[in-house]
Amino acid sequence: MSLFEKPAHVLHDMLQKKEISSVELTKDVLARIDAVEPQVGAYLTLTRDAALAQAEAADKKIAAGEDVAFLEGIPGAIKDNICTKGVKTTCASKILDNFVPPYDATVMTKVKAESPVLLGKTNLDEFAMGGSTENSAYHVTHNPWNTKCVPGGSSGGSAAAVASGTAIWALGTDTGGSIRQPASFCGVVGLKPTYGRVSRYGIVAYASSLDQVGPLARDVTDAANVLNVISGLDEMDSTSSPSPVPDFTKALREDVKGLKIGLPKEYFTDGMDPEVEKAVKDAIEQYRSMGAEIVEISLPHTKYAISTYYLIAPAEAATNLQRYDGVSYGARVDGADLVEMMTNTRTEKFGEEVKRRIMIGNYALSAGYYDAYYLKALKVRTLIQQDYTEAFQKVDVIMCPTAPTPAYEIGSMISDPLQMYLQDICTVPLNLAGLPGISLPCGRSSKGMPIGLQIIGKALDEETILRAAYTYEQSQNYHNEMAKLGGEQA
Amino acid sequence: MKVTKKDLENVAVLSRLRVPEDKQETYIQQMDAILTYMDNLSEVDTENVKPTTYALPMSNVFREDEVKPSLDREAALSNAPLKENGYFKVPKVLED
Amino acid sequence: MNYEAVIGLEIHCELKTKTKIFCGCATGFGADQNTHVCPVCLGLPGVLPTINKRVVEFAIKAGLATNCEINKYSKFDRKNYYYPDLPKNWQTSQYDLPICEHGWVDIDTSEGKKRVRLTRIHMEEDAGKLVHSGTTIKDSISSDVDYNRTGVPLLEIVSEPDMHTAEEARVYMEKIKAIMEYIDVSNCRMEEGNLRADVNVSIRPEGSDQLGTRTEMKNINSFKSLEDAINYEIERQTEVLEDGGHVVQETRTFDPARGITLSMRSKENAHDYRYMPEPDLPPIITSDETIEKYRSELPELPDARRARYEKDYGLSDYDAGIITSTRAMAEYYDAVVATGADPKLAANWIMGDLSKNLNEEAIDITKSPVDAKRLGDMILLIMKDTISGKIAKKVFKEMWTNPEAPEKIVKDKGLVQITDTSAIEPAVDAAIAANPKAVEEYKGGKKKALGALVGQVMKATKGKANPQMVNKMLVEKLK
Repeated sequence: MSLFEKPAHVLHDMLQKKEISSVELTKDVLARIDAVEPQVGAYLTLTRDAALAQAEAADKKIAAGEDVAFLEGIPGAIKDNICTKGVKTTCASKILDNFVPPYDATVMTKVKAESPVLLGKTNLDEFAMGGSTENSAYHVTHNPWNTKCVPGGSSGGSAAAVASGTAIWALGTDTGGSIRQPASFCGVVGLKPTYGRVSRYGIVAYASSLDQVGPLARDVTDAANVLNVISGLDEMDSTSSPSPVPDFTKALREDVKGLKIGLPKEYFTDGMDPEVEKAVKDAIEQYRSMGAEIVEISLPHTKYAISTYYLIAPAEAATNLQRYDGVSYGARVDGADLVEMMTNTRTEKFGEEVKRRIMIGNYALSAGYYDAYYLKALKVRTLIQQDYTEAFQKVDVIMCPTAPTPAYEIGSMISDPLQMYLQDICTVPLNLAGLPGISLPCGRSSKGMPIGLQIIGKALDEETILRAAYTYEQSQNYHNEMAKLGGEQA
Repeated sequence: MKVTKKDLENVAVLSRLRVPEDKQETYIQQMDAILTYMDNLSEVDTENVKPTTYALPMSNVFREDEVKPSLDREAALSNAPLKENGYFKVPKVLED
Repeated sequence: MNYEAVIGLEIHCELKTKTKIFCGCATGFGADQNTHVCPVCLGLPGVLPTINKRVVEFAIKAGLATNCEINKYSKFDRKNYYYPDLPKNWQTSQYDLPICEHGWVDIDTSEGKKRVRLTRIHMEEDAGKLVHSGTTIKDSISSDVDYNRTGVPLLEIVSEPDMHTAEEARVYMEKIKAIMEYIDVSNCRMEEGNLRADVNVSIRPEGSDQLGTRTEMKNINSFKSLEDAINYEIERQTEVLEDGGHVVQETRTFDPARGITLSMRSKENAHDYRYMPEPDLPPIITSDETIEKYRSELPELPDARRARYEKDYGLSDYDAGIITSTRAMAEYYDAVVATGADPKLAANWIMGDLSKNLNEEAIDITKSPVDAKRLGDMILLIMKDTISGKIAKKVFKEMWTNPEAPEKIVKDKGLVQITDTSAIEPAVDAAIAANPKAVEEYKGGKKKALGALVGQVMKATKGKANPQMVNKMLVEKLK
């Protein structure tokens, strides 16, 4: 087994025991990048030289006998909508083609305090708007399990990097499923923390009341460890939670006896791929056999979640993206006067999906439509939240598929935006309710594509979903299997 | 059709976007399909329901009135498409 | 037909906090361009605002000082419009749940007292500044942007359309300025743009209770401009109506140099602000305890101080109104009275010679060359009959350029009043001897003739004789 195939917690132990060096590990991952990145296309920016320098620095610290932080010396990747001081942050948009932030996102400050090796910035749907990474203005990212398929999105680059061994761990962001769905498509673990658990400062805003940062990882243990690093109250983010942050690794116990698992009937209906349904139901049976109690529940407003999400998110996005106007940063396309310059810049530099969402958002906010669309959506959001509050009086966690289908072929969906939006049905309700959710592999389709199980928890109760996920993971072998690329032998 | 050409034009101005003539029809159709789907919200009785703006219930998150260092001007202007004498430069402003 | 004007004001008041409303950048005026900026106020991708606690405190205090109700639940909203001085292309402001609502202030006009209602007070961020390459925006081929002012905290104080003359509007704005100074939330330096007003004006036939179409003049930054703009607009609208035309609802600019307002062309739907709640800022929930705490920290406000001066010092309502019209003057007055000076004399000297000199030299009362202590000491000399009121004017004039204590000035300049009868008597006798005609007339019953004799004595003593004493001695001698 090559180093790039191992999870971070194993590599961390090896580094600590000085069995390997960070430079050795980093070179192994860079070699993997050379080998498979041309087929996968997970990265927008690679920072090889800086990565090697960071590896050397980490080795020096470890040699000096200093305590080894979890991420110390371990190569990871950062989604390109997370601001990195001095390193280009494009959001996969031409409008930020040359944008170099003069500051670090709070998660970057926390991550850098661990002295990790940062390999670069990963691809995404432009401004995190999409579920396939096809909306990147730069290139398409391919699913490592089948390069004809999408990796999911919007954190498709981060998921594909972790799945293909071109990063050991990665950070993504999740506004409507953008961590969990690509994790599901690429067969890795993806965790969206409770809204407020992780600071959003420095995360390029898509929809402010829905965005969260979280890990994409090889296994549940790595996800818990990365969550430990990035969580916590931040004075720069007024919506970050003051609740104390537990040590999430303490939740990594094989124990689901008496755990009450809710199965929402609304998530197992039309449009669901039978193979996905079977894999998820098998996983639930596995839980039952391990001592969990399965309870059928109802989340009656689920069918309104797509409408609610696709009004609120674009409305917030329409205002959040107003700042890209060619005035003080980003691309500028000249015009005779200011209005023309702004209009030219935005028209030429935003991609189609971004423009569509901005226009839907402005439509929903504009005079005459505000009450019927935007305000109505805010009210239905309340009802969706209430559904969960009621359900969680009966159960400890809720389980359902992460996505209604496995990864689909590149280009098969892109021309029908509404069809694309409807794919998000399993993931967006959590964001509307602010709840934590994790996706972990629970099967393969007949074509060999990964299938994800989603576990939803109560607000600020990431521990229970981590425990449930860990228990299932240890009963299976999916986390030890990596995608084979470029004619690699199974 | 819910979405008219005039709606599209209005929304394009609000969005500071220009929709080329040959793409207008596609845009109208896609927006119309999406907004028509969203009409399912009208089935929901929200008579006595309060809107939710924030994902979690929080309030009174304040910062003390203490000065923190500003950016160097160099860094502040580092991403400017056009700058001069420490200013960001923009083309002719027509009042509107 | 006679028309009545209906006037409402939106006053923008910059708060004197150390830092901006949503970030830790300093608020100082006059810094080099783009040096008080950070990722947050530049609106860089990824940044989030944080609320300056002091701004909320100041807003609540402003509300309490203007008799507003404080909303227990208040929130920020995004007001969306594109302008290069607004880096995010929205202004973070308050829409449907402002921090304060339903207040009022009383104003004094030449036609008496009047109450002006406040609709609301809300918090918002100021915009940056555009420097145009040409002399005006219209002939500039480009503009330079300075974001130092971006995010400086503002209160927007919105009145009901309760005013009907330019004078009322001016007095109202003066009152708001005084209150903001009293509660110490703003420097209120109009020349620095700390206080500026958007003014709405409409006219209607006298006696009508319907509102006419209004026009708005933005960013008026002096009391004179405020009155000029309103008077011009009333005249213009009256002419339009008298010519059978209609007033167009629009924003107009006021040109202070020419004293006229000019139409600015408005684009259709340019002002659909698409307000939406600011998801990055949790709401502000204000408890009764907080409100009472801030209330207890308020200083005595102008109206209360005025009432106290009338009651305790016997000042007239008019005089008390003038003395309390600014916090600085009231504090000066208190300091003069604290020396033991007679409160009425103190008021007269402040409103008289002191104000006259300050106005002539455009000096702020806080920087007066004659400070409160010295004025008080001088008034004490009058009270002790060391100098007469007339001599005091000379002393005051000397004090304006001479920093010595008044007592020393009086001594050095030999201005001490003569109260020794033996010193005055020769002059009294001389005056009687030299003015037989006046003596005759006085004795013939023409009491006024005595004045001429007193004048002679005062002249002979170079004004130093105590006039009451001279009077008394003359009356004795002419019995």
